[in-house]
Amino acid sequence: MSEFTLEQRLAGPLADPAAEAGHVEHPPRVGFFTDTSVCIGCKACEVACKEWNLIPEDGMDLTGMSYDNSVGLGASTWRHVAFVEQTRTRTDAVDLGMPSVPQGGRESDREMQWLMASDVCKHCTHAACLDVCPTGSLFRTEFGTVVVQEDICNGCGYCVPACPYGVIDIRPGDGRAWKCTLCYDRLGAGMEPACAKACPTDSIQFGDLDELRERAAERVDVLHEAGVADARLYGHDPADGVGGAGAFFLLLDEPEVYGLPPDPVVTTRDLPAMWKRAALAAAGVVATVAAAFVGARR
Amino acid sequence: MSGRDGDRDATFRSYYGKPVLNRPTWKTPDVPTYLFSGGTAGASAVLAELAASTGRPTLARVARLGAAGGAMLGAGLLVHDLGRPARFLNMLRMLKVTSPLSVGSWILAPFSGLAALAAASEITGYARGLGRAAGVGAAVLGGPMTTYTAVLISDTAVPAWHEARGELPVVFAGSAVAASGGLGLVGADVRENGPAARLAVAGAATELVASRVLERRLGGLGTRYTTGRAGRWRRAATVLTAAGAAGALLGRRRRGVAAASGLAVLAGSLATRFAVFHAGLASADDPADTIVPQRRRLDDRERAEAAKIG
Repeated sequence: MSEFTLEQRLAGPLADPAAEAGHVEHPPRVGFFTDTSVCIGCKACEVACKEWNLIPEDGMDLTGMSYDNSVGLGASTWRHVAFVEQTRTRTDAVDLGMPSVPQGGRESDREMQWLMASDVCKHCTHAACLDVCPTGSLFRTEFGTVVVQEDICNGCGYCVPACPYGVIDIRPGDGRAWKCTLCYDRLGAGMEPACAKACPTDSIQFGDLDELRERAAERVDVLHEAGVADARLYGHDPADGVGGAGAFFLLLDEPEVYGLPPDPVVTTRDLPAMWKRAALAAAGVVATVAAAFVGARR
Repeated sequence: MSGRDGDRDATFRSYYGKPVLNRPTWKTPDVPTYLFSGGTAGASAVLAELAASTGRPTLARVARLGAAGGAMLGAGLLVHDLGRPARFLNMLRMLKVTSPLSVGSWILAPFSGLAALAAASEITGYARGLGRAAGVGAAVLGGPMTTYTAVLISDTAVPAWHEARGELPVVFAGSAVAASGGLGLVGADVRENGPAARLAVAGAATELVASRVLERRLGGLGTRYTTGRAGRWRRAATVLTAAGAAGALLGRRRRGVAAASGLAVLAGSLATRFAVFHAGLASADDPADTIVPQRRRLDDRERAEAAKIG
């Protein structure tokens, strides 16, 4: 793998993560483009994911967080639909059909609206979970996605705090780490992932990443022209802190409003500096212990 | 949704105040205790061979036993912490430089074996030459044993750990050196414990100073180390470490004072590891720690780009 420098392997733009991982001949990189401007919050993606991947139930609580009762991604929630309730001033932008409730007598008054977004593992170009996994359980597939091998994982839990998005987690009672596989089994059979298949509005679009990025850029332009100034892409940029996400989003507000980190960085970007620092400190330990014996009296 | 970041006095937006990160699943007391026992073992292995080389048999003995005991306790704790303990050997399935836990496993496994051999020879008196060679091997791995754990927790998205990546190796190094000195004070003859007392003092000073530097440089994030559970452990660590170091400095020649000082330094080192561990948990739980610095970075970058265009 000499054609990749250390810096390229740890952070920054990387055109072909599958090749970097050692796949010589491989299909094009695939991913998700989740266009939240057409999400209707039906949760068909959550259900399809649970059913296809045989994910166990993980709590049937009513949270009071709008219609969101699955709270966030975790070991047994691989698709999560966020519901954000906001009050904002009416604009002249094109009506996206978001459910809304008028908050005053006049048309020009403020209104309450929902933002809905289906979150998923980002399948990062530089995936911290994969980098820190000590067993090799997490690996880069030929499709450029990141998958846990449940027959290898020993539940060390390192991937959990490594993920800058809070995606992967240990399943209680099972002890192993679980997350979205981008339906690795379906990809192998030439099928699209279950969530994308089930999505009735094509909010979740599956395809070759290059094509999805083009489609997303066009969609943002269309929305901007229609007056939706808040529309923005998230995770699409290969120059970002994770080298670009394999699953990226069109959002209608700042990422943190949806529970996403605004500027995530793969922690292993700083690993060479950390190892150097630790080596220096270790040398300091040896030197200190040696110095303690110099001229010591009985 | 918006919340307030009291320490940094900045408002930020979040999703129902929920954390962005998933909470580390590492167990307490398993992991913080391992951070302590592994560090103590590493520094003790270095101490043991130097003590043996300079004719301090009781110091060498307690340090060898400490190196072996700390390593084996640590390995046991790490296996217990796994979600699937029966698969602990998968840790040695590959050597992966991007995983501090993989590199650490390859340090800990040979270290444990060598330290155990050295200790077994020490106790039984058999195969002294082999025991000595094993002890020297453990001493070579001893330095890395004391600091790789700092990389382990810094190499995460947890802000209070990742942003402390410059200081944590020094804190852990100081804590390990102090603990090895403390162990020597507890177990060695008072005529041989001079180097142990020096190490207790030097380690304690390093640990205390590096911790303060860390807290100050981290700014608002530094309060994760000074408040809540972490803060309580930190206060205990400060008192125990300082008291132990003072005792070592003044009373190492008296058996009772030496032992009490050594125990205090050991307890202080343990408390430091718990403080660092809990600081990370608190940081992972608070969306402000993740969102506020990232938002500021993003805004600064956008402003800089706008200025460049304009």
